[in-house]
Amino acid sequence: MTSTTLRDRRTYRPAPQLGGRGPLRGQAKRRLTILGFLLPALTILGLFVFWPMLSALRLSFTDASGFGLEQYVGFENYLNVFTDPQIVRAMGNTVLYSVMFTPVAVGVALALATALNSPKLPFRGVLRTWLFLPFIVSLAVAAFAWQYLLDPQVGLLNYWLQGFGIRLGNVLQDPVLAMPTVVLVAVWKNFSFYMIVFLAGLQDVPASLYEAASMDGAGPWSRFKNVTLPLISNTTGFVLIIATIAALQAFDQIYVLTSGGPYQSTQTVVMQIYQSGFQDLELGFASALSYILLIATLILSLIQFFFTGRGEKQAS
Amino acid sequence: MTLVNARRRRSSRDALIRWVFFAGMLVIALLVLLPILIILFTAFKPVAEVNAFPPSLVPSQWTLDNFTRIFTELPFARLIVNSFVFAGGVTLCALVFDSLAAYVLARVDFKGNRVLLLIIVASLMIPFQATLIPIYQLVADFGWINTFWGLIIPRAADAFGIFFLRQFFLSLPRDLDNAARIDGASEVRIFRSIVLPNAIPALITLGIYTFVNNWNDLLWPLVFTTEQEMGTITSGLTLLTGPSGIIPYGVMMAGSLIAVVPLAIMFLLVQRRFIESVASTGLK
Repeated sequence: MTSTTLRDRRTYRPAPQLGGRGPLRGQAKRRLTILGFLLPALTILGLFVFWPMLSALRLSFTDASGFGLEQYVGFENYLNVFTDPQIVRAMGNTVLYSVMFTPVAVGVALALATALNSPKLPFRGVLRTWLFLPFIVSLAVAAFAWQYLLDPQVGLLNYWLQGFGIRLGNVLQDPVLAMPTVVLVAVWKNFSFYMIVFLAGLQDVPASLYEAASMDGAGPWSRFKNVTLPLISNTTGFVLIIATIAALQAFDQIYVLTSGGPYQSTQTVVMQIYQSGFQDLELGFASALSYILLIATLILSLIQFFFTGRGEKQAS
Repeated sequence: MTLVNARRRRSSRDALIRWVFFAGMLVIALLVLLPILIILFTAFKPVAEVNAFPPSLVPSQWTLDNFTRIFTELPFARLIVNSFVFAGGVTLCALVFDSLAAYVLARVDFKGNRVLLLIIVASLMIPFQATLIPIYQLVADFGWINTFWGLIIPRAADAFGIFFLRQFFLSLPRDLDNAARIDGASEVRIFRSIVLPNAIPALITLGIYTFVNNWNDLLWPLVFTTEQEMGTITSGLTLLTGPSGIIPYGVMMAGSLIAVVPLAIMFLLVQRRFIESVASTGLK
């Protein structure tokens, strides 16, 4: 979508002349109006988006700590980011989190969207509303609910699972199970959003194609694989990227449930930025880590930009 | 005769498949609903039942004790007000400033229009988590820590909103504003009385999206408020957990329920539009 609009020629339509008596007076008034419309938004974006981006870059080459003078330290912060085992661990954990979160959340979303899109399913509207509900719950609140459900002593889900002979123990204190648990909370909260995006994509697939495939004797799986998947590949690519970007920014439920523990097993990059920057006040170091997050996000966004751009060109 | 029987058998088999399909989806939907149900029911459970073994879902005795307690553990009334002022304030400012900028970018030709648009779209790729430290320094320099200014102003305009509204404004027919321009109407007038009234669906969509995101955000209020009285519901509740979290689950769930209810009401009121808005904002 992004790229089509940039190519959009409609912006180039000749502008109608604005009111005003003389041509000069009209020009000046027109400039002033344009400026007035743009100024508030541009001031905010300039101050709180663009300037911080440059400022973070500058900070990342200093030993800024919030007190005293800042000294230029070259690439020391970046060197530390890649050699400090704790930070390397946090980056590894973020990758691990993304690898678990993205396929599961996107897979669940696609499966449920496909089911909800099937005309054979009764009460589709009601089910869609139900399945959408996690979207309005914040990750922090979702974390509270899951914490109680999984409580080793009084957790309802833990109790039910014991009925099936599964003993999880205290998952949030378990260095192996803590990470899958915080991923689970995020999957529960986020799948509904991806599901709705998939549903919008699926509704654009013409029903006649399914009918034709059925006539040719294609079963449900074959229809999904040969009709649905190729036709929604744009949507899938888009959802995969936004899910990965969301995974790179994992913070809320981890802050609530584990604070990065036990034994750093759920420490992520954004948790680390928060702790280094706002608790330990190592501003320079935290800025270097921020820039690595920024560059990773930028790369993913550019992939998305070109991916969807190319897809749309093919479609038209 | 046999053909009719075969068809009947086939349609009853289809019906069976449909209902098995539905039952399967119902089970999944109930599992998805479980965390929400546990919040809803636990909020009304007496302490003894919350910590009882074996655990149960529905309280056998309903109580409002957890709600009374959350208002004594935290300045909760204040937090509710803060959440509304913060999320509402950001939404209102962003709608005004974004639509103004979007109008010019979509409807007025001037030198640099496309470059400006490109810069704004590019800024969509910057995650706020990565620039949080300089934003904090700036907000602190302005003396805005622990104020609504600090919470709202940095988000008073947003690249996604500008881009989203620009797309919508482009889709509106140009005949009306051209006619108004010929009649000598000013840009302000055209914006206010022609473009804005036609853009209400898009404004509602963007408004819902912005409100929900800010209401639910944790990191932002956590960074810009250090006093308990200036936090939001979301950030306030997290004070009750953690290593020193000896607060009973029932109280947490009462607070969580209060956090969810305003969005749930909004969702039920404008359900269709809500879901559509998520689908269309998802296309960013």
